[in-house]
Amino acid sequence: MAANKWPEDWRSVNLGCVVFKPGSAGEYHTGSWRAQRPVWDKTKCIKCGLCYIVCPEGCITEDADGYFSANLDYCKGCGICPHECWPMAIKMVEEG
Amino acid sequence: MSKRIGMEVAMAVAEAVALCRLDVAAVYPITPNTHVAEHLSDIVADGKIDAEFITVESEHSALSAVMGASGTGARTFTATSSQGLMYMTEVLPIASAMRLPIVMSIANRAISGPLSIWNDHSDIMYQRDAGWISIFAENGQEIVDMAIQAFKIAEHRDVMLPININMDGFQLTHMVEPIEMLDQEEVDKFLPPFVPYASLHPDRPVSMGALAVPEIFTEVMKAKDEALMNSKKVILDVWKEWERLFGRKYEPIQGYKTQGAEVLLLTMGSMGETAELAIDELRRRGIAVGLLKMKLWRPFPKEELRKAVKGAKTLIVSDRAVSFGAGGGPLAAEVRSALYDEPSRPAVINELIGLGGRDMTVEDFIAILIKAGKKDGKRKREAYEFYGVREA
Amino acid sequence: MSIASDIKLVEDFELYAPKLTDKEEYFCPGHRACQGCGEALAVRLMCKALGKDTVITNATGCMEVVSSLYPTTAWKLPWIHVAFPNAAAVASGVEAGLKALRRKGKIADRYVKSVAIGGDGGTMDIGLQALSGAMERGHDMLYVCFDNEAYMNTGIQRSSATPFGASTTTAPAGKVSIGNSTWKKNLPEIMVAHNLAYVATASHGYPLDFMNKVKKARQVKGPSYIHCFSVCPTGWRCPSDITMKMARMATETGVFPLYEVEKGKYRMTIEPRADLRPIDDYLKLQGRFRHLRPDQIKIIQDRVKLEYRKLLGKIKHSKSWDKI
Repeated sequence: MAANKWPEDWRSVNLGCVVFKPGSAGEYHTGSWRAQRPVWDKTKCIKCGLCYIVCPEGCITEDADGYFSANLDYCKGCGICPHECWPMAIKMVEEG
Repeated sequence: MSKRIGMEVAMAVAEAVALCRLDVAAVYPITPNTHVAEHLSDIVADGKIDAEFITVESEHSALSAVMGASGTGARTFTATSSQGLMYMTEVLPIASAMRLPIVMSIANRAISGPLSIWNDHSDIMYQRDAGWISIFAENGQEIVDMAIQAFKIAEHRDVMLPININMDGFQLTHMVEPIEMLDQEEVDKFLPPFVPYASLHPDRPVSMGALAVPEIFTEVMKAKDEALMNSKKVILDVWKEWERLFGRKYEPIQGYKTQGAEVLLLTMGSMGETAELAIDELRRRGIAVGLLKMKLWRPFPKEELRKAVKGAKTLIVSDRAVSFGAGGGPLAAEVRSALYDEPSRPAVINELIGLGGRDMTVEDFIAILIKAGKKDGKRKREAYEFYGVREA
Repeated sequence: MSIASDIKLVEDFELYAPKLTDKEEYFCPGHRACQGCGEALAVRLMCKALGKDTVITNATGCMEVVSSLYPTTAWKLPWIHVAFPNAAAVASGVEAGLKALRRKGKIADRYVKSVAIGGDGGTMDIGLQALSGAMERGHDMLYVCFDNEAYMNTGIQRSSATPFGASTTTAPAGKVSIGNSTWKKNLPEIMVAHNLAYVATASHGYPLDFMNKVKKARQVKGPSYIHCFSVCPTGWRCPSDITMKMARMATETGVFPLYEVEKGKYRMTIEPRADLRPIDDYLKLQGRFRHLRPDQIKIIQDRVKLEYRKLLGKIKHSKSWDKI
């Protein structure tokens, strides 16, 4: 998990604390929060993309074959995607 | 070619700001500042300048709106007084922390309570720690010059801080004074276009207004303090350039007949002009008194103050605001603090004058100076007085 | 019809399939919102509908705090946060700045939308003045309120958006208290009274409806307002996996109907069943309503039905001001 690197010197704090790196929050891996993670069953998945829509993190992406999976660096294990998946292709499994 | 005009000072401020290639202004009316807003909106309404004038619904929104505009890279202006400045208080330190070079003119007016529309410095003194550059004008010419200088100072790459220019409400804003108004060509040569260090635009997305955790907060505060302290260099440079181009001199503390003075009086704002007449009269009588007029309030000009008071036995600091519970006014407290480590320093007397618009005449200043000059054997420590207060 | 014109037709139509949404995550993973946060989901969807030519002004609140920890940001759009009550005022300044700079040729000559976002606290309570002022002045901006029905960021305190009977930390359910004792303030109606060309209620429970409304509002050349229902599992005391279900339930029971008002004409965009689901289906999912007795639930049920009938009346009788 990447952690915030604090500037070593007060001079290197950006003017006005402006952040010039859009999307840099991604350096922090919220995946460490979860107690469960979603697992997709490709035999049931109909590739509708609904799980991708309803993920609050935006960490579900489509692969080259059109199946979906969660980026485990960021998945917080909220459980919304299996709840919404009406073909019931997603299951939550306990971590560790 | 600049031309000499007679104009109400508040309106002249609007004219000066209009010369500065303004992009966005948002002003909410408040006595005695309103004429600045009204005249600026007249100028915009007649198409004399190409700018957006936002008729905001409160001063808090006025400063917030210009912050949003400044964030996009626009050159911005707002103006207020007293309660309006108090209402903006929440946003003031955010503007300086976010390093947005906003220019604000303040028509100094007493803060409530009780309600007063008349002039003193309690409004700006309340905002001492906001992190803004703060300069004081003595007359119409000065505030007009300072309005134009303000944009150059604030937008300088080494500064990038908001700045407020202060003029006494009614005492200055509503006076018709002779003013040398520069023309557009002269201002364009003096004032380069605003180049922000970051701007809100999709071509280069940035995030402004972050959350800072304890691990970083001290560093951020140090950076802000250094910026404000170092801005003095730029202010002095801009003032030197102004003198070279237009012949009018500005200093952090301007002395008047201070040669050999045993008693010095320190004023801020328009009362300095009245005090000059008192100095003239006493000098005519052969009494060694002098006047110091402070033009730069933030960053506080410590070196200039120390140099200016060398040799004087007594320094009368006139405060037009009260720091309740601290024993006197804010200017005297900062003066005493600046002089504390000096091996020899004058006795400091704190006179609280001109509160809520109470007039100070030449005779009043003469009385203060004469009283201060009397040797009473004991050096009064921490003395402060509400000058002229009626007591049975 | 050729393939080329087929593709153009799809772009012109409203969104109807998840896979046709913009794949870019403008509100990117790594933000510190709670697990299952409905508001984070709603913000993420809103950004997809807005596209990259947008400047976001964010009031202080959950979304601002979880996304802007210096030196990182979860935003890929230009973003500014100033203070709590002034998102609408700052956004109006952003709009004026962009307008002036574009007119003077100092920035690129293309349309960039100023969008302000805030929670129910920053919009309906402390931010109401700035919102009313900005909307009334006619700025070309969109304001989206993410309503999770309490001051969540500071720990679930009661706001004017808190529904009747909900337990919050400043209006808790207790021996002599039902929890929040006032009905939810109807801010969409207040916005309609500002004569905005477009006002809508939306919910992340109906993501495509929400995104279409955002796209529509974006096209309005003037002020527009969307009130987005956002489920907060943390504050509403319920499991994080039913976030979507609760949002849907709110609409299906008539608690939060989804409608839009275009130039004064009301139109329901998501039609629940005519007799509405019983309110219990919604209340029983949430811990904040757990203390309610059947007689109190009846009060809520009756009032929800009344408000819904009022809305149906407006839908039936309102006319677009273009046709008046």
